[in-house]
Amino acid sequence: MSKFKFPESIKSRPVYGTLEPRAGKAHLFVADAEGAEAILDVAKADKDLVANAHIIYIPKNTGDTYVKKLEALKPQQMYVGPSYAASVTRLQRTLADAHMGLQVYLTGTEGLMGQAMLEATNAGIPYTAIQTEHRGSVARRMQCVHCKGITEDVIMDPFVCSHCGLNLFVRDHYSRRLAAYQGVCIDAEDPGNVPEAVELYK
Amino acid sequence: MSAGTDKIAVTISNIVKLNDLVTRFEFKRTDGELFPTFSGGAHTVIEMKDGDITRLNPYSLMSDPRDQSTYMISVRRDDEGRGGSLFMHNNVSVGDEMVLSYPVNLFSLDLRAKKHLMIAGGIGITPFMAQIKQLDHAHGNWELHYACRSEALGSYVDELTSTHPNDVNIYYDDQKQFIDLENLLDGQPLGTHIYVCGPKGMIDWVRGKAAELGWPREAVHYEEFLAPQPGKPFEVKLAVSNKVIQVGEQESLLEAMEREGVDAPYLCRGGACGQCETNVIGYDGKFIHRDHWLEEDEHASGKKIMPCVSRFEGKTLVLDR
Repeated sequence: MSKFKFPESIKSRPVYGTLEPRAGKAHLFVADAEGAEAILDVAKADKDLVANAHIIYIPKNTGDTYVKKLEALKPQQMYVGPSYAASVTRLQRTLADAHMGLQVYLTGTEGLMGQAMLEATNAGIPYTAIQTEHRGSVARRMQCVHCKGITEDVIMDPFVCSHCGLNLFVRDHYSRRLAAYQGVCIDAEDPGNVPEAVELYK
Repeated sequence: MSAGTDKIAVTISNIVKLNDLVTRFEFKRTDGELFPTFSGGAHTVIEMKDGDITRLNPYSLMSDPRDQSTYMISVRRDDEGRGGSLFMHNNVSVGDEMVLSYPVNLFSLDLRAKKHLMIAGGIGITPFMAQIKQLDHAHGNWELHYACRSEALGSYVDELTSTHPNDVNIYYDDQKQFIDLENLLDGQPLGTHIYVCGPKGMIDWVRGKAAELGWPREAVHYEEFLAPQPGKPFEVKLAVSNKVIQVGEQESLLEAMEREGVDAPYLCRGGACGQCETNVIGYDGKFIHRDHWLEEDEHASGKKIMPCVSRFEGKTLVLDR
């Protein structure tokens, strides 16, 4: 099961919904890993919509699990990318050429949705008009508030910043501008006194 | 009272008749100081001393928002209305002193937009006059589609088309020229925001078509001031002020409260801004809700009323004011 119910948190923490078909002249899906399942669910509700859509899909560690199933939906365009970084130029170009009436659907991990949301809002879509649905890993994209370096797919709390090596506490404080949660040094007062890392939501 | 409605004493410096229906009024501060700047789309509430009645009517400021020497409004004469526009047309002359409120903006540009698509009907052109000047200063990306009844009644058409020949599109009803809305909205670049000001039918048409084509609600802005409609007189008990007041046929509930010296909040006086929202303590009768601030279930609940435009018919009404 790729769905996870996040516990209530502070206001800054993004809240995700369930993708639903919406009226629009064009439809763009951006998904990673188990996010494919949410696209398949939308296709169940409205086959024509997805057949009309452009899908940008990054399988991550799911390999070929979903690629054939997505192709079977016969989307107007489909791109399977090796990473978000490799796909973002395509996303930017798609948004630059798009017109009002485009519907954007983001699904998969928080890091993917956050970064694609940033591109979509930069392109002029109000963030409240962009649909999101979380699927798959609950790992987070974290920014170290000290060195500003980004560490992707953080699943343990605390964790070691992959840039400066500080021990960082995983906060729910989120930045839409950075598309990342804030990681704050956990042992600043008492260096070396670091609690044992536990997996998020375990 | 009323947040944001500090007053400015002004003197009428110029009156320009634009056509059969519309006249422009220009104001200077009586104390010789500068006006505050405002943002395009802002309105001011004008106090009109019409005999025993004090009328407070909102009008969009249409002068250059950066010009602190003069405020300008354009008033369309409404022979069927309650008399505010007739008062301005018939009773006001150059040199008269009047009172304006500080500008309040309920129809501002969303400056995150990549492009501003303006749609005006008739006198609905006025807020756009100021917005266009603001966007010109900022080198903004905009275009205007302006529908008027006829060439003779096309206020500011010449000014707009001569200064912005490529951005202004005029449609005359009597020449069977109509805005091709579906084609206009189709193909607008991502990040375009729509602004519409005009008759209710036009606003509903634009909002409906935009929603149908998948435009986000947040990218569609509209301004519709309702004038309070006359209705049967009714009696209201004001619980906080401990007064029983009569609302006359030609006045609104808000105006009746003000006449009785009750300090009631307001901003737009047109059912749009929500400032005057008032709790109902008890009632026996039926509400005539005319605002577009409260939700339908709030209208049905009998617990709230917007006294600027809504009325009441029945035996008793008790308000928390």
